[in-house]
Amino acid sequence: MLEVRNLKVQYGNLTIVDNVSFSVGEGQWLMIVGPNGAGKSTIINAVSQGAPYTGEVRFNNKKIEKYKPHERARIIGVLAQSNYVNYSFTVQEVIRLGRYAYAPGIFSRQTKEDERYISEAIEMTGLKSLLNQSVLTLSGGELQRVFLAQLFAQNPRLLLLDEPTNHLDLLYQKQVFALIQEWLKTPGRAVVSVVHDLSLARAYGKQALLLDRGKIKASGEINEVLNARNLDSVYSMDVYEWMRSKLEQWI
Amino acid sequence: MKAHKFMRIVQDLNQKGCCHPQTLGSGGIVINKQEGFRIYEYVLFAGATFLAFVLCVSVGSVSFPLKDTMTIIWNSVWGIPVPETIETPSIILSVRLPRVICVALTGASLSLCGGAMQGLLRNPLADGSTLGVSSGAALGAVIAIAFGITMPSLPFAGTMIMAIVFAFISLIVILTLAYKMDFSLSTNTIILIGVIYSMFVSSVLSLIITFAPDRVKHITFWTMGSLSGSSFDNALVLLAALAIFGGVIVLHARELNAFAIGEENARNIGVNVKRVKIFIMISVSGLIGVCVSIGGTIGFIGLVTPHIVRMITGPNHKRLLPASLLGGATFLMLADLIARILFNPLELPIGVVTSFIGAILFVYIFYTSRRKAHA
Repeated sequence: MLEVRNLKVQYGNLTIVDNVSFSVGEGQWLMIVGPNGAGKSTIINAVSQGAPYTGEVRFNNKKIEKYKPHERARIIGVLAQSNYVNYSFTVQEVIRLGRYAYAPGIFSRQTKEDERYISEAIEMTGLKSLLNQSVLTLSGGELQRVFLAQLFAQNPRLLLLDEPTNHLDLLYQKQVFALIQEWLKTPGRAVVSVVHDLSLARAYGKQALLLDRGKIKASGEINEVLNARNLDSVYSMDVYEWMRSKLEQWI
Repeated sequence: MKAHKFMRIVQDLNQKGCCHPQTLGSGGIVINKQEGFRIYEYVLFAGATFLAFVLCVSVGSVSFPLKDTMTIIWNSVWGIPVPETIETPSIILSVRLPRVICVALTGASLSLCGGAMQGLLRNPLADGSTLGVSSGAALGAVIAIAFGITMPSLPFAGTMIMAIVFAFISLIVILTLAYKMDFSLSTNTIILIGVIYSMFVSSVLSLIITFAPDRVKHITFWTMGSLSGSSFDNALVLLAALAIFGGVIVLHARELNAFAIGEENARNIGVNVKRVKIFIMISVSGLIGVCVSIGGTIGFIGLVTPHIVRMITGPNHKRLLPASLLGGATFLMLADLIARILFNPLELPIGVVTSFIGAILFVYIFYTSRRKAHA
């Protein structure tokens, strides 16, 4: 589905992402992991056309920039790291915008199919009771779920998630990841997500891309990539020992 | 088995949502498909605007009973002679009517621009006057008059085109500077650059007016605005501009909703952000340019109206824009009425009234938004 070749992102003289290549096939969940400043979010930004880059990003063998904005939104959906809203839109107004890509013309109206996707997204994310509430009154976790619902309503084929559970407490973290796992079971879909929490990455991801200062340290099957040697060198610490000691506190 | 697991996740989430203290008693799903106004809401807003219109045409240095005003307007529309019992109907027909129509159209246009800018930039303090776009347009108009830039056969087209071009250039300069300094386009940066740009333009404006005093009308016209002496021709130009540029803005209500939530989100849901930005910026510059070339810079109306209207309609541009249009017309007509009758026979520039109310409200909005940000 997604093919990234020699991706490079530079701000002035600073190279944030350096020569990164990877591909994502149907049914795959690729976890992009690495320390702060490794360029994880920048890759998501570049693929979603939010940052200037050199190199090639293709979806189904067609260059991503050749897709019109609404065509691109039908295939790629993005959940940003944080969503700060200034105005008191209601929850359903935000979710409804997820169907924009299917009626992008100034005179186009939403159809029954749009309504079906919107109701399904509301149902999936458990936002039934908050529909007419202002987004300004929501907690960070609830707001993140609203944007996840918008994304489900958008019904793209590839999800790009930038720290999807950043603002969520443990229960929501589990539920959001479980929801995405369920979403992925429909054929023809794939997920790429940036995750800080290595345990979460390992629990849900199938493939991984380990980044170190903008370059790929390792890529492939997640258990292979996240081995002790790779992690220790990227994070400059004994990661396995740290994880074990954290777990032992609970036993 | 899979379906069972999925349903359990959904149930968990819905339960947790229901137990949230803010949602207790909200009473289940209410999916409201209607985003725009219902007919009766349009009728309500339009009714208020029409009442203000009749009031403003009737009241002034010489006041007419409402019934006489209606008779004069009705009869002249249908070509029926006005009854002789009504004295000096020409005050209404040739002086007050064109002025009030121009005031209404200017108020509608500037408020629509304010609403669009506040959505596009996701900033409740954005407006032609706070950003310095109106000052830029005034500079263009003054340059056209001072240096005699005209277009053959169209008497005020030179001034107007220069005002539009300068409004657009100003908008580009201000936003480029703001983006360069602070990519998130925060309130502080926008206001700071707007103030600095306005001061810079005012100094150039004063310089030109000082050296070309014969050609350029009194300086207060350009700084405080006035629509006294407006003609039906002016009204026609304003109407055409509102129909074209205002139409483009209103038709982009959904896109402005997306921008108001966030430009990144707008791009991710499939909005052509570059195209929408350019369309809105050209339309806003066009409308402000035309308004300034006819009525000078009338400050704060574009800031105040959408802000008040938003409290009634919410931030959805499908309601906000039409309501700002009608609300702006009403607000400016009433402001003009105050300007005319407060110190009768002395007349205040209309911008004095709007700036007086606007400045107080500006401080209030800035204060509350800062407090919210700190909270």
